[in-house]
Amino acid sequence: MATTAERVEREAKLEGVGCARKRKEDPRFIQGKGNYVDDLKLPGTVFGVVVRSPYAHARIKSINKDKALKLPGVLAVLTANDLKPLKLHWMPTLAGDVQAVLADEKVCFQYQEVAMVIAENRYIAADGADLVEVEYEELPAVVDPHKALEPNAPVIRDDIKDKKEAGQGPRRHHNHIFTWEVGDKAGTDKVFQSAEVTVKQAMVNPRVHPCPLETCGCVASFDKVRGELTVYMTSQAPHVIRTVVSLLSGLPESKIRVVSPDIGGGFGNKVGVYPGYVCAIVASIVLGRPVKWIETRIENLATTAFARDYHLVGELAADKNGRIKALRVNVIADHGAFNSHAQPTKWPAGLFSICTGSYDIPVAHVKVDGVYTNKAPGGVAYRCSFRVTEAVHLIERMIDVLAQKLNVDKAEIRMRNFIKREQFPYTSALGWQYDSGDYHTALKKVLDAVNYPALRKEQEEKRKRGELMGIGLCTFTEIVGAGPTKACDILGIGMFDSAEIRVHPTGSVIARMGTITQGQGHATTYAQIIASELGLPSENIQIEEGDTSTAPYGLGTYGSRSTPVGGAATAMAARKIRDKARKIAAHLLEVPEGDLEWDIDRFKVKGVPGQEKTMKEIAWAAYNNVPEGMEMGLEAVDYYDPPNFTYPFGAYLAVVDIDRYTGETKVRRFYALDDCGTRINPMIIEGQIHGGLTEAFAVAMGQKLEFDEGGNLLSNSLMDYFVPTAAETPKWELDHTVTKSPHHPIGAKGVAESPHVGGIPCLNNAVVDAFAHLGVTDMEMPHTAYSVWKTIHKLGLDKR
Amino acid sequence: MIPATFEYHAPSNLKEAIRLLGEHNSGAKILAGGHSLLPMMKLRFAAPAHLIDLNRVPELKGIREQGGMIRIGAMTTENEIIASELLRTKCPLLPEAARQIADPQVRNCGTVGGDIAHGDPGNDHPAIALATEASFVLTGPKGERTVAADGFFLGTYSTQLQADEILTEIRVPAIGKGTGWAYCKLKRKTGDFATAAAAVQLQLDGNTCKKIVIALTNVAPTALKAKDAAALLTGKTIDDKLIEQAAQKVMSICDPAEDLRGDREYKTHMAAEMTRRAIRLALERAKGK
Ligand SMILES: Cc1cc2nc3c(=O)[nH]c(=O)nc-3n(C[C@H](O)[C@H](O)[C@H](O)COP(=O)(O)OP(=O)(O)OC[C@H]3O[C@@H](n4cnc5c(N)ncnc54)[C@H](O)[C@@H]3O)c2cc1C
Repeated sequence: MATTAERVEREAKLEGVGCARKRKEDPRFIQGKGNYVDDLKLPGTVFGVVVRSPYAHARIKSINKDKALKLPGVLAVLTANDLKPLKLHWMPTLAGDVQAVLADEKVCFQYQEVAMVIAENRYIAADGADLVEVEYEELPAVVDPHKALEPNAPVIRDDIKDKKEAGQGPRRHHNHIFTWEVGDKAGTDKVFQSAEVTVKQAMVNPRVHPCPLETCGCVASFDKVRGELTVYMTSQAPHVIRTVVSLLSGLPESKIRVVSPDIGGGFGNKVGVYPGYVCAIVASIVLGRPVKWIETRIENLATTAFARDYHLVGELAADKNGRIKALRVNVIADHGAFNSHAQPTKWPAGLFSICTGSYDIPVAHVKVDGVYTNKAPGGVAYRCSFRVTEAVHLIERMIDVLAQKLNVDKAEIRMRNFIKREQFPYTSALGWQYDSGDYHTALKKVLDAVNYPALRKEQEEKRKRGELMGIGLCTFTEIVGAGPTKACDILGIGMFDSAEIRVHPTGSVIARMGTITQGQGHATTYAQIIASELGLPSENIQIEEGDTSTAPYGLGTYGSRSTPVGGAATAMAARKIRDKARKIAAHLLEVPEGDLEWDIDRFKVKGVPGQEKTMKEIAWAAYNNVPEGMEMGLEAVDYYDPPNFTYPFGAYLAVVDIDRYTGETKVRRFYALDDCGTRINPMIIEGQIHGGLTEAFAVAMGQKLEFDEGGNLLSNSLMDYFVPTAAETPKWELDHTVTKSPHHPIGAKGVAESPHVGGIPCLNNAVVDAFAHLGVTDMEMPHTAYSVWKTIHKLGLDKR
Repeated sequence: MIPATFEYHAPSNLKEAIRLLGEHNSGAKILAGGHSLLPMMKLRFAAPAHLIDLNRVPELKGIREQGGMIRIGAMTTENEIIASELLRTKCPLLPEAARQIADPQVRNCGTVGGDIAHGDPGNDHPAIALATEASFVLTGPKGERTVAADGFFLGTYSTQLQADEILTEIRVPAIGKGTGWAYCKLKRKTGDFATAAAAVQLQLDGNTCKKIVIALTNVAPTALKAKDAAALLTGKTIDDKLIEQAAQKVMSICDPAEDLRGDREYKTHMAAEMTRRAIRLALERAKGK
């Protein structure tokens, strides 16, 4: 019999699920040996620079390319007129709208793409861009989505002025895009009419930008002789991009190869198809040379995929004890000049309807109105599942407002309203089936760890002395892993994901997935899943992603879908291989399959010590000695259609101290408990949570795309767009509980976005809590010193 | 983010640098650390036809003491200022401020001369030069002249420096006994310019304030010397009440530009708050606490 110690050692050797092994990709990155799009040097590459509009709203009266074309080294200048014959001056968006590739007669946001200059190198291209003369007639701009809906607001989209719908249902105003409603309106209204207590609060999730370290870019290379197009690009979804390029260009998908090499962070910014890509592709097809286009930081912040810009009004109805009876939400969603938000097709407000949160709310109604403004198009999920940050922000603020109104402690009111462990699987009032959770345990663990009563006591004493200290709570539930194909698709393609695993004769493995890592550590964690499923050491398991010519079709990485969907496909494909391995083992051991049992890395004959075959032995046999009628080889593919989303959750607590003379906020303590089900690699989880919390800190405390009334972007560089450094970033204290997903093959849920989703409301609640005793129920994010000081000054707290 | 075309010159001595500057005059710009000039060129806000790089001019480097004056070569970097033992003991306000400028990368290249010559009200050295009563040596084709920091700064990006002159040296009087100093700077994050900042250098005689200079950063088109506020405190024993009065005086001279760091009201209040903090800290230091 194998001893326990021997089995433990065998298991440890695999470095499988649960092992905090070091990231396989790090040696490369740490040594500066990554390979990003801009590192690519194909022979004959030329460079494209985009000419952009200085105005947020203007008619284009003329474009003169002569001077630019005369500059030696300039090869071409593309404008809308050049793209027209190819029908590429506009392109369809994922949301059923169209977006100008190059401005057609008018520009609708500052920095909009007007032309692309292609030149022998990036220096000449920049000079050439300066020489393109564009004559504009400025029009009044609308920046505020509420103003955009006023009757006399300027018409932003002349091209669809008279259209009664823009791809997502009826519209009621020339700047209105869609109305999306979910829930029981009549039932909700009825509860509100007779409720013992109601609260109402307006709040804003300001426009922010994911701002990955690496900006967007591509190298498009068209081989005229073969008629083949290769596009190297910064994409979180290379397979979908290939399909889109095929549909737009008419080239068969088989002649298009999209490669996402190393990606320097995405956070939603690299999901979409941008005009720069389209122009580079067209230019390459026309010139027959590789064309490189790389965004500058200004271009990245100003044009490609912002997030949020949700203007919300929440209402809760409750009884005297703070038990919530109904939730009502109205949202104005600013989508910018074109509706090119990145959501599954059927979900114009993404998964916002998760906004009943972790609470057992009997009835709810949500209405979201999408609006055009003279700002850049987009609306992506910045380190979160589609619109989940906005949803969590809403409910976590509302429950605090209710607690304040009833004078109930903010932890206590959450305990009173949590969905109970025994209620799972739980169907929410807005129709989601939460897979598993244990919210009471999570919050209790956090409160105990920080000694919550002592913190509240300290706060009370400080308040007496006029000092500002805030305690913020956030007990969030996410919805990630889009998603069940019956509910989720992109351009009609279901949101499954895939894995293809091949075991070599010597027991090493290569596996390819339809997802694409951008820092999540897929090469490490997927290998761990396979190692545990197949009993082969993860050290020898190679993971490849991002090349459409080698990887199976998948929908990509965003919305925390890699582990819930791609990870599930990986486990399922591995299980198919193990099933075959069992048959081979039975054949080798000459026993019926039913006599075998799996033991870490081998099949054993039950009750017969020593009669066993390791996976390594089986892998060898798969290539020379298989049962009669069986194919040789040991590989499998799985396309996984998840039966449900997964619902990670957590309980966060923040303590802040605010300087009442400068408005500066110091995060004294941040305690984050996450439950992501099965923990594949605890070290990677911690890293992801650190990163997510840091981005949450950025959003809550400093990030905002600020515009003036003319639609000029004021925060267009990293001087004014806040990206925290190590010096600003607070210390993070982490904790966890494990509540497995019942439907995921290994019980995992996805984790990397939870800290962002939960962290922002937590910090926001902490800042507002510092002023709660003075009747403050909301403060607009981000909580910069200046912004917080305005509240302080208004309340007269800075008087000497 | 690519500058317009320019010609690059790298003179190896001051004479050659001045000659080149004279030759190309209005079309030329001095290149020091490049951390103000190059960002402007990359955005094409500035497009000089000639760049004259001073990095190979040895005369412009180094920190030495001569007759109670500390002489700092214009091409001395912020990090060299921070590392200088001489400055730490004789002009402690300089390293205190330099440590709060930008980030380590910028401080490795950025020079004290460039910081002053640039004439940006957001830069920190102008207020420090005012507070320490420094003077500047300007060298041109006709030779040298020395001007006081007070009066050198004329407006945003505008100083007494002529187009054919190079700022060659900064002269700072060494501090006397009983001196306290402080530079209090409010900024949004590491690497940011001041929302508002106050530099204070004062000298005590027992408990009496024998002398005090207060200077402000980024709350007007140039760095400001708060003379009335200083006058209020001179010859007195400074207490909370006097500090408050000085802070109010400071507010009355602020004329900041609104930007994302704050509106005029906020910046004015912050100038006062930084002044309060700087006076208190300088007092503590003067008393040897
Ligand atoms: C991210 C960032 C943050 C920053 N934060 C701060 C901050 O908090 N505080 C602060 O004070 N500064 C800050 N700066 C500016 C930085 O300190 C610059 O280095 C400094 O302003 C200019 O010095 P330089 O040596 O780099 O000069 P350059 O950029 O080379 O030159 C600046 C200007 O001065 C002229 N010039 C330079 N030297 C001379 C000379 N000897 N004689 C005549 N003319 C000359 C040049 O022609 C040019 O017009 C920041 C810069 C960056 C990039």
